[in-house]
Amino acid sequence: MEEQLIAFHDGERTDRERVSAHLASCPECRAALEKIEAVFAAMDAMPVPDPGENYGQRVWAQISSRLPERQPRWWESFFAPRRLVSVGAFAAIVAAFLLGRLVPPEPGPGNDTKIDTAQVRERILVVAVGDHLSKSEMFLVELSNAQPNPSSGTLVNIAATQRRAEDLLEENRLYRQTALQEGDQVTASTLDELERVLLDIANSPDEVTPARFESMQQRLASRGILFKVRVIQQGLRERTKLQQKPAQKPMQQNISRRNTQEGNKA
Amino acid sequence: MTQMTSSVESALIPDAVAVERTLAGDRDAYRILVERHSQNVYRLAYRMAGNSHDAEEIVQEAFLRAYQKLKQFAGQANFGTWVYRIAANYAIDRLRQRKVDDSRREQPGRDSEDGSDIDPLAQVRDAAPSPERLARSSQLARRLEQALQDLTPAERTAIVMRHWDGCAIEEIAATLKSSTTAAKNTVFRAVQKLRMALEPFAEGRQAAKAMGTE
Repeated sequence: MEEQLIAFHDGERTDRERVSAHLASCPECRAALEKIEAVFAAMDAMPVPDPGENYGQRVWAQISSRLPERQPRWWESFFAPRRLVSVGAFAAIVAAFLLGRLVPPEPGPGNDTKIDTAQVRERILVVAVGDHLSKSEMFLVELSNAQPNPSSGTLVNIAATQRRAEDLLEENRLYRQTALQEGDQVTASTLDELERVLLDIANSPDEVTPARFESMQQRLASRGILFKVRVIQQGLRERTKLQQKPAQKPMQQNISRRNTQEGNKA
Repeated sequence: MTQMTSSVESALIPDAVAVERTLAGDRDAYRILVERHSQNVYRLAYRMAGNSHDAEEIVQEAFLRAYQKLKQFAGQANFGTWVYRIAANYAIDRLRQRKVDDSRREQPGRDSEDGSDIDPLAQVRDAAPSPERLARSSQLARRLEQALQDLTPAERTAIVMRHWDGCAIEEIAATLKSSTTAAKNTVFRAVQKLRMALEPFAEGRQAAKAMGTE
């Protein structure tokens, strides 16, 4: 009978009414149930010391140096099927690199080879990243404004949206890494945020409930990613204009500072 | 500002995304998972181990193991549940090892596993007098701690997961690598042993009630 009482206390549904009826008429079983309840009450009263608000950070500090590097082998990451979609982005980066190396410096006062190389490379990257951001912006706008059709069933199919997110994701990774290598922290940081948003979408189930779809839209809005993408685009456009004027001060710093200021305002 | 943004962002990043990023080589993404789930794993670890030092070791080892096995996880379940289970498994191993070590030492005078050598009369004597209610409650806590330690590792795991964390029997069975019926029986046995160990207190309480001192 004790097993049944423990199960009863545990919320077991089987025989619940029968056990309940029996308890009403059996003082011994009621006393036995009280003892079981007393065990659980004593357990509930056992405190667990609070490890502190920053406990998670402490754990991370203790283990992070013991985590092995998890670096995908480069050929694996490059030839993975999903990577192939970003061949265009890769080509742009290679072109920027090669052109930067091959284009001869234009003769002129105050121009040296290093500035020319940097400018040509940067120009190609600015155009390529700008194009990527335009596509991302369009994608985010469409997703933010989409209204699931309630008559099409209870679930919203987002498979096509996910495929687009995956495509953008691959390009985004390449551009983010390149921006980092180029020392453009502001662009890299926004691309990093964009990447998280795209990953979130790419990793969702193919079909989601309208409520989940709405919560995805809300997350997009709360992150303010669309705004950040637009700010970076604006920065890139200004950078392109500046590039057309020779003998400017280092552009990257100007743009980075401006973007940071705009970001702070946001 | 970057730091602030990253902590705000971290809070918004779903576990699945952090897992994906970790697998892609972004080791820092794992920090999000560690920071998010440490407290919960600690609670389990403390209840399994009964002390902070061991609990902290269990937490660290659980997250290290989870990192090493992350490819196996591959989004199959909730990351929190998964790392919780890894912690439970590791805690059972530690408990089992400790039991083996203890039995080798064969400490004389230690309570037997089923608590049969407890002197109930002594407990009742301690329990009844009215001014010692506080002392009695701390004795009750100590008795419960001892009774939990005397459970087998599987029983302790089962009762911790079932009662404190409300885990389903199926989940307990998966952790114990047993059938659901066996897992259910393990929970029953654990409650039964605890009930027997605390019986003197329950009787003392009833006696106190009858005497009007409680």
